[in-house]
Parts: sequence; structure tokens; C-alpha cells
Amino acid sequence: MTLMAGKLIGAPGQRRRRALIGGVAVIALTLPFIASSYVLSVVTLALYLAYVGQAWNVMMGFAGQLSLGHSLYVGLGAYASAGLFFHYGIGPWAGVWLAVVLCAGAGAFIGFLAFRMRVSGVQLSLLTVAFAELARIGFDHIERLGGPGGLFLRVADRSRIDLLGFRGPPAMYYYAILALVAGALGLCSFLLHRRAGYYWRAIREDEVAAASLGIDVFRWKMRAVVLSSAMTAVAGVFFAFYYNSLFPEQIFSFGRSIEIVLGPVIGGVGTLVGPIVGAGAVVLLGDGTTEILNRLGFDVPGAKQVVHGLLLLLVTIYMPNGLWPPLARALGFGPRKV
Amino acid sequence: MALLEIEDVSKSFRGLRAVARATFAVERHTVGALIGPNGAGKTTLFNLIAGVHRPDHGEIRFRGHAIGGLPPHRVCAAGVARTFQLVKPFAELSVLDNAVVGALHGERTVAGARARAGAVLERLGLASKASVIAAHLTLAERRRLEVARAVATRPSLLLLDEMMAGLRPTEIDELVAVLRSVQRDEGITILLTEHVMRAVMALADHIVVLHHGEVIARGAPAAIVRDPAVLDSYLGEDALEGPAS
Amino acid sequence: MPALSHLANAALSGVLTGTVYGLMALGLSAIFGVIRLVNFAHGELMTLAMYVAVVVFQGLALDPFLTMIGAAAAFGALGYVLQRGFINRYVGRPEHSQMLLMIALAMIIGNALLLGFGPDARNVQTSYQLDSFELGPMLLDKVRVYAAGAAVVATALLAAFFRLTLTGKAIRACADNPLGARVAGLPVAHLYAVTFGLGAASVAVAGCAMVPLIDVTPGLGPGYTLLAFVIVILGGLGSMVGALLGGVVIGVSEALAGVLIAPSAKSMVSFGLLVLILLARPQGLMGATRR
Repeated sequence: MTLMAGKLIGAPGQRRRRALIGGVAVIALTLPFIASSYVLSVVTLALYLAYVGQAWNVMMGFAGQLSLGHSLYVGLGAYASAGLFFHYGIGPWAGVWLAVVLCAGAGAFIGFLAFRMRVSGVQLSLLTVAFAELARIGFDHIERLGGPGGLFLRVADRSRIDLLGFRGPPAMYYYAILALVAGALGLCSFLLHRRAGYYWRAIREDEVAAASLGIDVFRWKMRAVVLSSAMTAVAGVFFAFYYNSLFPEQIFSFGRSIEIVLGPVIGGVGTLVGPIVGAGAVVLLGDGTTEILNRLGFDVPGAKQVVHGLLLLLVTIYMPNGLWPPLARALGFGPRKV
Repeated sequence: MALLEIEDVSKSFRGLRAVARATFAVERHTVGALIGPNGAGKTTLFNLIAGVHRPDHGEIRFRGHAIGGLPPHRVCAAGVARTFQLVKPFAELSVLDNAVVGALHGERTVAGARARAGAVLERLGLASKASVIAAHLTLAERRRLEVARAVATRPSLLLLDEMMAGLRPTEIDELVAVLRSVQRDEGITILLTEHVMRAVMALADHIVVLHHGEVIARGAPAAIVRDPAVLDSYLGEDALEGPAS
Repeated sequence: MPALSHLANAALSGVLTGTVYGLMALGLSAIFGVIRLVNFAHGELMTLAMYVAVVVFQGLALDPFLTMIGAAAAFGALGYVLQRGFINRYVGRPEHSQMLLMIALAMIIGNALLLGFGPDARNVQTSYQLDSFELGPMLLDKVRVYAAGAAVVATALLAAFFRLTLTGKAIRACADNPLGARVAGLPVAHLYAVTFGLGAASVAVAGCAMVPLIDVTPGLGPGYTLLAFVIVILGGLGSMVGALLGGVVIGVSEALAGVLIAPSAKSMVSFGLLVLILLARPQGLMGATRR
């Protein structure tokens, strides 16, 4: 997977690319004013999946570790910030710090276990699943955080913008998640061009060779895992204050972990834009199908996930590098084939 | 004090003795060669020096400091770089990026690393392929990339593991020439293992012969090819007549 | 602290259930050990078998323990075709690619079941559902004993197959040395397909055996897949005895945890064990020391 960051090749292509990026930016910034509230909520969901996919991508795409238990960090982040708000009235801007520290710690713990004990491949993935499952069952028993019945944050007035409490109209949440996606994009792009990016890609390609070139593989893998989990924590905080209800069965579920993985895998693991494109495709096709079926009068739970499964299947078979690389080439981004 | 000193080093794997009480040294700015039949322990010795394995017994000293048992990335930090018998390029990265990964070891900034990488690629004749994805290189080119990547780390000692295997005679001669110039310009000391005697005779200042994990001969190339023990165990009578293909 | 007889009863029930888990895990172990395929759809195949048993029971009033024979054959064939016709092409792909492929299949099967049958639980109530055998002070549910019996018989048949038949030995050769097997001229694709078929058949038998013991919902898949992995890792890859032992250990620990701690804590024990085993002894109880 080569780095596709919109490398500029040739003047006319350059103009077209800039126009494209400009167009997307304009639409993104003005969406709340031009789209219906339904479309806005769907796009918000897609952006949320994109962001959490970007966070996951740091661990897989950059450090090559397939985490199938990332819902652990979403849940921890959500419960940490929601718990603080619920019991002590501490707002999300402070709560997010606890969430990040907690998740970074959990990530470091799992990473340490995995990398020091040399757990890799299938076993690492299973380890990540095991921890998420332990959290799912464990949080069911934490009465202080609602237990299996769930934790509910009071839904304040949606028309007023309360930035401090992170409450307000849907547009506010939309811009928040848009900022997160843009920020993640910027951060990952920045890192990819620095030592971190080179070292992570080297580790992903061949750990032994990387070590022989002086790379402390353990340390760099840990950094990827901790960054990934810290970023995911923020997604959890967003989730808590956007949806306002948390259930351990849902938020820590294996299904959610897979949902996190869908975007980047379908869009293109290891690429910058892949998770965003992938999340868009997943939501478009999945929720789009449900919407069409609903309009036709069918109430079909599970249809969306079947579509997700089919999409994943087709991409894994025919486009293992994801949707973005061929799309990028078609649009004129990225290095040409040599 | 020699740059690399191997003293009484032994290593066994589950009862199988791979290296037994090996002792030799490699002097600064020279090219040393480890030769011997398959299974003699050459790659094991390399792996011991490079930190892949820990010696059961004995000392490995680099610049006077013990490095036996250090993990590979710390061995590299000490100034030892290596290549692998089965080349390990970063397949999805470009040739330049491969070299940059190596160069980052000795440079503080990415820009500096790219400059260093470019210079090394130039030296190794790979500059024209800088933007090619490593997976698309020929074997000879991949071997050179491996050397370039290792040299980019600014090592004092370069370990080359059977660089010439599978190359055609012209490719061998080219690689020999490149290695000679690199060794001269960068002031690197080289220790290589080889089966291809053509390359060994062209490059080595000093040869160490291994057999069943033991050092059975040491000396200048001219003397080694006449040593009866060496002829007996490895080279055969034909070696006296000139390099085998 | 519950009475000792109560605990013993729970433990024995756990042993019985555990043999069924063991059979399920055996299928996974064979598939992973031979084909090196990480079958994330294992649990979904079992759930599918369960629904087959439910439908057959409701339509033809056929006891699940009889259905399982037909189901084993059908799933065996299905597994063969699936592997030979489709999965085989992706066997050489990187590990995470395979995992995602099987996860995709799992999503499709599991949610197709949800689409077809709805989220409500289904049940099979046989005529002897509430009967039990008396063993001294302990009461063992008949359904559980029959389930265990079926599991043990199936396991024995599998063991006999792998040990005694030519095909079975060929499959073991493939597992030991895939390249060597090819060089020796073994029909690897066919043997892989047979293995997957056997794995699917074991899961079918296990599923039918479990049906009288639980409520069947479409979402059971992931839980069983993970459980199978726990057991395989616990018992050691490639060891049939290990899979059975692992299943029993899990069955017993689940049962005891259910009694001693809380019913919902059962799975926690399994996952806790998984973490411990992965970290302490990744080769499992019976696996070779080589990692």
C-alpha cells in the first residue's frame, strides 16, 4: 500500500485535484444549511465511523496489528466521560482527558502484553477480542455506571448551543465530528511524512529487517497502539454525548468492533483517505438499503449487516487494497503505476 | 584492537552444536570473509553478531565493547549493519523510501535522511530506480537495495550474508565493484559470508574457514586456497585452478 | 456457599456440555490445523445447523438427535463445496485477509438468519426434555446426556477417520507439511475440502446436540466462534484430545462460575482463561512446545 496523500503530478491534474478537494470542502462546510436533517444525521454517522476507522487505521495500517476489539476503547472513553458527567457534572471537555488517559493506558497494557509476550497474528486479534468481551461482561456488573440497563445522560435543550456541555443542535455535532475527521487526517498525514511514518511502514512490511536498521520495534508498535487507542477514546466521548445512552452489550460488542474495521478495510487499510471513503461506502450502501426497504414497506433487521458483509466480501476478494487506491488513480491522485 | 573480536563463541540449538569455540577478529577498514560448507555455522555466527541469537558461551566485542546478546536494533546503534540471505526489502515502499528508513538511523531529520539516502543510492547505482516500488526490482537490484539500506545507517561494520547467491557472473562482478567502492569511500569494514569463491577472492583481505561450527583455518586468501584442511573439507582440488563459476 | 452436591451436579453438567463444545472446537482445530484457515464463520455455521434442526423439528417432528445425521451429511457436503469452490482460492492470502473474508461470510450467514427467522428465540422441546437420569445424589438431564453421547461418538468417529483411513492420514500429512504433501502428489485441494467438510459436519452435529439445551437466536454465532477459539487455544492446536479436554474444561468452569459467581459471569471465565493462556502458554495444554 503506497502512501496516497494527494501527491501532485502535472499542472492540469493539479488544477483538477485542487478543484475536487475544494468542492468537497465547500460541501462539507455548508452541509447543515443545504441538506435535510435526515441526511445530516446520516453523514454525521458516516463521519463518526470514518473517524473511528482512522483511529483504528493507525494501529493496523501503520503498525500492522489487526485489532478486532477496538470497541473496548470506544466503550471505555464513552463510559469514562459519561460517568464523570452523570455523577459529578464534569463536562466532556474535561472528561475527554480521563477518557484518553484511560484508553491510552488500556492500549499500552494490551500492547505490552502482546508485544513483549510475542503474541501476534490470529492470537493477537483474539486477545483484543477477549479484552473487549471482558469489558462487555464486566461493565454489565458495574451498577454505578448503569449496569446492563444502561447509562443515560439527560438530553438537554437541543436548540441552544452549550459548547461547554457539548449540547446543541445536530449541526454542532456535525461540525465537531467533521473537525475530528479533519484533525485525524492532518495528524496522520503529518506523522506519515515524519520518522514515525517511515518506521511504522517499515515495521508493517518486515519487522526483522526494520530491527536490523536500528528501529526499536517494540517501542514503535507501542506508540502506534497507544495513539490509536487514545484517538478512539475521543470517539467514545463523542458517542456518549451524541447518543446520550450507553449499554455495555452494545458499545463493547464484537459487532461494533467489526463495524469499526469495515470502513478502513473497504476503503483501504494504510491509506490516509481510505477510512473516510470506506465509511462513506458502508453507510451509503448499508443505511441506504435499509431506507429503501423501509420505504417499500419492509421492516428488516439484519439487512444492513448483510449488505455490509457482502461489501466486505467483495472488497476482500476483488479489491484487497480497498476502494480508494483505484478510485484515487481514476481521479488523478497518487503515484502512477510504474 | 580489532574492530570486531569473536572470542571462544559457542551456540547450540536444542543440542545441535551450530558454532563451537569460534575465535577470530576483523581489522578496521578490511574485508573479511567467512567461508565453509552449508551448515558450517556461518549464518549462525552472523545472527549472533547481529543480535538475533544470544551466544551460549564466549564474547563478541565491537570496538572493545561486548555486544553479544544485545537486541538487533541496539547492535545497529553500536554501528553494525547487516543484510539477509533471503533479501527483505520493504516491498510496498519505493527504493528511496527503503533507503530513507535506513538513513533515519543516523540523521535527525527526514530531509537529512532523504539526502543521505539519495547519496547512497547514487553510490550503489540505484539512483535511477529511486521511485520504483521495491517489489518490482530484479534480484540483483534487491541485493543492492539491501546493501544501500544497510550502508545508509552509517555503520562501521557491514555484515553481508551470501550476497552473491543466484547472481550471474556479470552481476557478481558489478556488485563486487560497488562493494569495493563503498567500502573505500565510506570507510566501512566488511565481513561477508559467501559460497561464490569468485567474489571472495576478489574482495577478501582475510578469510576464516568454518567447518561443523569450528574455525579450521584463518589467513590470507592465497594461503587459504592451498590449505589442505580447507581443500579437504570444502573447496576441493579444483579450487587451485581458478574461481569456480 | 452452595452445597457440594450442587457443585458436583453443576460440574458434571458442565462436563457433558463441554463435550459438545469440544466437538465444535474439534472442527475448528481441524480447519485451522490443516488448512491454516482462521474460520471466523464457525459459530455461524453452528447456528445455521441449529436453525435447520429447529425447522425440521417443527415441520417433520423429527428429533434433533436424528436430524443430526442428515445434517452432518448435508453440512459436510456444503463445507466441501464451499472450500473447494470458493475459499480455496484465498488460502494463500495473508492471515488478516483470510480473517476478514471469513468474518464477511459470518456476517452474511448470521444476518441472513436474522432476516429469515427474526430475532425471537426458537425452541425445541422434545418429549423427554424434562426427564433426567439419577446418578446417586445427582440429577443429569437426559438431553444433556444424549448430547454428550452424540458428541463423544462423533469425536470417536473423527478420530478413527484421521488415524485409520488413508484419506485421514493424507490430511494429517498435509497439516504437517503442506509443501511436502504437494510434492508427494497428494490432491491437496480435495483434502482441504474434505477437512472443511468434516469441520462443518462436526459443527452440524454439535449444533443439533445443543438445540434442546438452549434458546436459538440468530446472534449466537460470534459467541460460539470465540468459544471455539478459546478451546482450541486452551487445548492446543492440532490436538484432538486437547480440543475435547479444552471443551470439558470450559464447560466445567462455565458451569461452576455460573453457580459460584453469577450466571452472567460464565463467559468472563472463558475469556479470562483465553487471556491467560495466550500469554502464558500460547501452545495450549497439549500443543507442541514449538510455537
